[in-house]
Amino acid sequence: MSPATAQSRFAETPAVRRKLRQEAIAKWIFCGMAAAMVVPLVLIVGYLVVRAAPSLNLEFLLEVPKRGMTEGGIWPAFVGTLYLVFLSLAVSAPIGILAAVYLNEYAGDNWFNRVINLAVINLAGVPSIVHALFGLGAFVYAARFGYSIISASLTLAIMTLPVIIASTRESLASVPRTFREACWNVGATRWQTIRSVVLPNSISGILTGVILQVSRAAGETAPVMFTGVVFFKAVERGDLFPYYLDEQCMALSMHLYTISTQVPGVKESIPFATAVVLLGLVVIVNATAISLRVYLRSRKKW
Amino acid sequence: MFAVRAAKRAPWAVVGEKIIEALVYFCGFSAIVFVLGIFVFVFKEALPIFAHEQFSLTEFLTSSDWYPTSESNKRYGVFAMIVGTASVTVLAMVIAVPFGLGAAIYLSEFCGQKTRETLKIVIELLAAVPSVVWGFIGLTVMSKLIVQYTGTPVGVNVLNGGLILALMSVPIIVSISEDALKAVPDSYREAAIALGVTRWQLVWRVLLPAAKQGLLAAVLLGVGRGVGETMAVLMATGHAVHIPHGVLDSVRTLTANIAAELGEAPAGSDHYRVLFLTGVLLFTLTFAVNLIADTIVRGIRRK
Repeated sequence: MSPATAQSRFAETPAVRRKLRQEAIAKWIFCGMAAAMVVPLVLIVGYLVVRAAPSLNLEFLLEVPKRGMTEGGIWPAFVGTLYLVFLSLAVSAPIGILAAVYLNEYAGDNWFNRVINLAVINLAGVPSIVHALFGLGAFVYAARFGYSIISASLTLAIMTLPVIIASTRESLASVPRTFREACWNVGATRWQTIRSVVLPNSISGILTGVILQVSRAAGETAPVMFTGVVFFKAVERGDLFPYYLDEQCMALSMHLYTISTQVPGVKESIPFATAVVLLGLVVIVNATAISLRVYLRSRKKW
Repeated sequence: MFAVRAAKRAPWAVVGEKIIEALVYFCGFSAIVFVLGIFVFVFKEALPIFAHEQFSLTEFLTSSDWYPTSESNKRYGVFAMIVGTASVTVLAMVIAVPFGLGAAIYLSEFCGQKTRETLKIVIELLAAVPSVVWGFIGLTVMSKLIVQYTGTPVGVNVLNGGLILALMSVPIIVSISEDALKAVPDSYREAAIALGVTRWQLVWRVLLPAAKQGLLAAVLLGVGRGVGETMAVLMATGHAVHIPHGVLDSVRTLTANIAAELGEAPAGSDHYRVLFLTGVLLFTLTFAVNLIADTIVRGIRRK
């Protein structure tokens, strides 16, 4: 700092200098802590991609596993994951959105609705392996769906329900109350108001929730490994509809677990490539949700 | 006149609306149904084990003898797994809490708008990494690093699981702590700055005491995440059912034990029922943790 500017400010005593130094140190320590979270992520992802590089091509995605899963690609697992994701989405999206509508538009502040809130929070906190036990007891045995895509998807749907409820609810709550009042004042009923004013104005949050559900469902392993996903299933290369709904299927997450822990002698780069595909899928889906949210927020009219 | 108009709405529209509203109510209640359903179904599968005279709940909780497939002397004690879960979770929190808090403080007090937005997106992506990918990272990357730097023969152990779990639970700790710091009224900050404090003093003397309940909730949610995590610890902690004596020992957690053995336990066997009983234990544990964390967060919001 030059003398001229120093004079134009308050005189700088040693105490002030110490204070400023302290502040700078604190700032760098906290910055370092934030960086300690980001840097490992970047390094690890970079390492995975480098190790996966020899196998990362379109052929890997479309090919089926060969020679006892030690070579070949991941097509059956990839398609299986798509099946599970879309089926679970078809179940949890309507229930989750309507539940959020109930919680935000209909529910008053009484003990019963506090219990519902608590249930939603707790549903999000139940360990994934307990969801697996539930799926096994309820869908595989009690409902007699057997080990099948249906059981696995229903388990996933219940597990990912809180994601949709939380996101939808937040966006419903951000629609100003005046919008609703204006609509009620022209004689609309409660449901008409929700359908024509509240839901259209909160579509961005709903979509974000749906997309996050997809990413969550694609990555989960424990809930599906005992309800309908198997180690291996013979499938044609590139076949888009290889599974019936009452059959078991393969899934990317389970496939990664299997080839990295259970199968000896897998070609080095294959587990890495599987991890990168799974990670890439989830990151792309999440990035879509984030950019959608940013875009729609920039267009918001209120 | 309005009343007359309202009465003239088409009957199907009135009925349709009633049906839709009934559906909305039904879906709203469904969360309770699901949570109860989870408890009932898991508990129902575990229940018959209590009728077995050789089984005692005290032994289940306090013995570390786990021989579910032994021919002559079947023993079901999960104490070693409880210690395993506790050790991995505690280590993860020891690493994740300071870093998570530090990052949250940086986000809410020190950095600019742009940096904050970017960092929040990174945190969101960090939270989205599937647990099986974390497990794979533990198995391949982390275990090699641990073998290289500590000289231990096996890289899958408490340290590995703790590090992985720390990376997994940091996002939730950061986002809840940041909310807690944000909830401290600006007037507190203004009053402190008017007295001439540095930002470090502001954080240490004003913000942390004011936000301590929210920070506690953040830590609790991190613990909940750690206790319930399955795939990552299954792959990263090794498979030794014994009480660890240091961070370089392999352990098995409650969740990993279910995941590893459920496939081999025949449905309806004692082994199968004990695994479901472990599930009941996990459910109760995470329920309590989430309940406490939620009560704290709610208390803050009301203030």
